[in-house]
Amino acid sequence: MTEHAGASPWVVRVLSHAGFEMRNLLRNGEQLLLTVILPAIVLVVLVRTDLVRLDVGGQDPVQVAAPGVLALAIMSTAFTSNAIATGFDRRAGALQLLATTPLGRSGLLGGKVVGVFAVELVQIALLGTLAVALGWRPALSGLPVAIGAVLLGTAAFTALALLIAGTLRAEAVLAGANLLWLLLVVGGGVVFPASGVLTSLPSAALGDALRASLGGTGAGTGLLELVLLAVWTVLLGGATVRWFRWH
Amino acid sequence: MGGTRRPRPVRSRLPRWGFAYPAAVTFCVELTGVHKAFGATRALDGLSLTAEQGQITAVLGPNGAGKSTAMAICEGLHRADSGTVRVLGLDPATSAALLRPRVGVMIQDGGLPVMARAEELLHHVSRMYARPRDVGELVDTLGLAPFARTSVRRLSGGQRQRLALAIALVGCPDLVFLDEPSAGLDPQARLAVWAMVEQLRTDGVSVLLTTHLMDEAARLADHVVIIDHGQVIAQGTVAGLTGATGDGAAHLGSRPRPDRGAPAGAPGTMHLTGTFTPEVISAVEHLARTHQLQVRTDPTGAPPAPERTLEDVFLELTGRSLR
Repeated sequence: MTEHAGASPWVVRVLSHAGFEMRNLLRNGEQLLLTVILPAIVLVVLVRTDLVRLDVGGQDPVQVAAPGVLALAIMSTAFTSNAIATGFDRRAGALQLLATTPLGRSGLLGGKVVGVFAVELVQIALLGTLAVALGWRPALSGLPVAIGAVLLGTAAFTALALLIAGTLRAEAVLAGANLLWLLLVVGGGVVFPASGVLTSLPSAALGDALRASLGGTGAGTGLLELVLLAVWTVLLGGATVRWFRWH
Repeated sequence: MGGTRRPRPVRSRLPRWGFAYPAAVTFCVELTGVHKAFGATRALDGLSLTAEQGQITAVLGPNGAGKSTAMAICEGLHRADSGTVRVLGLDPATSAALLRPRVGVMIQDGGLPVMARAEELLHHVSRMYARPRDVGELVDTLGLAPFARTSVRRLSGGQRQRLALAIALVGCPDLVFLDEPSAGLDPQARLAVWAMVEQLRTDGVSVLLTTHLMDEAARLADHVVIIDHGQVIAQGTVAGLTGATGDGAAHLGSRPRPDRGAPAGAPGTMHLTGTFTPEVISAVEHLARTHQLQVRTDPTGAPPAPERTLEDVFLELTGRSLR
């Protein structure tokens, strides 16, 4: 008599699913364009050309541009790519199917978040290397705040991605996530510092926190932005728990 | 497929997190008075059905009858509004973590992540289990090798169905839910899927499947449940539902069938109703002697009514109007 297979350990399931999510994200050419190639182009354009002028306050432009581009890359992965992939998986019924395996819903979400972090590590390594090659000298003293900003920013934007992917049709997710990405890039304070009420957006909070911590611009410590990101995480996470549909 | 397995009682044992599985139960699935509504739409309206362990139970019903909703509730994907649901003796709404390693699921239309490659996806799901079935064996049995490295979005409907079935089976489940397992398959693939489902029964695995294919239900199912408007309107064996009497008198050349209620070893009977030429009667008598059947003739009787098919019964019960 053959026993049923039993579940593998939780850590194995979540890490396996994280690797699965990461491979699927990196395999998708359009998403790769969005998460690595476009931020790299933005960085080069801001630092090496006069097409777009950053308000750098007398600093080397790369000191302001590099943290903003990292924020852009994180937002692209945690929000846009994540929302589109989840939306289409939801339409295909893949979320339901995987939720019926020992992975379960919590493991599925855990694997998704860890997978996003793994992609972000790749992005940070590639874009950080490019930025350093362009003359960026990050302030290492700001590393703890920067790590906190990456973690909280990823959490907030993942929650936003799941909120959209779990409530709209896949085609609407595709259109909405790309449109919102564009709006946040242009006026959301992620690459270019925002002003007024726009500084309260999660994109501005992430961009400002990284600029403050890594840019050496002297524009605050970034701690206020961390609090703001935490508030967004709670709000968006709560909305996701309330309205997300698996099917 | 592995070695022969017999129907397995639900084991009483203590997982490491401290919940005991209930003692042996007869039914692998038991729904009692289950209601489920989506807004103003009543999907299930007091549904009660059972599926026995080690058997194949087919759930039939028109589109929108509530089949997939019932399956989703059993799979823990939906919660019933009211009523009792037991799967392998456990409530799937509260014991999902205990059930997931023991239940294989094939949802309607596959439910496969579109960016993944076929064999990669199968390997991925297999890693969710501590002692999964051999992936290579499943690939061979279900003919997945030609498209093993193809991404799901490029697979045909039939290829997706076979991959989804492999995913449902990779965890060596005690119970498998198959939602329209052969929809969209060509005849060759359908036969392969049927053979695999029959092998599951031989191995002692319980199967609950939904289908619109009456020949599929007639061939595979030990027990058929017909539902409509969220309620069970008929259930029983295929023979029982089609009204086969099992006394061997309905057809020329029929033999008593123990599975249709005839006593084992009862002599077969050939009823000849109507008139025949001497040559036909001679041929029939020879046939009867060969097969040790008694011949009864009734020249004035009406020809026997043809046996109803499962589709006849289904249409009688659910009507012919389009849903």
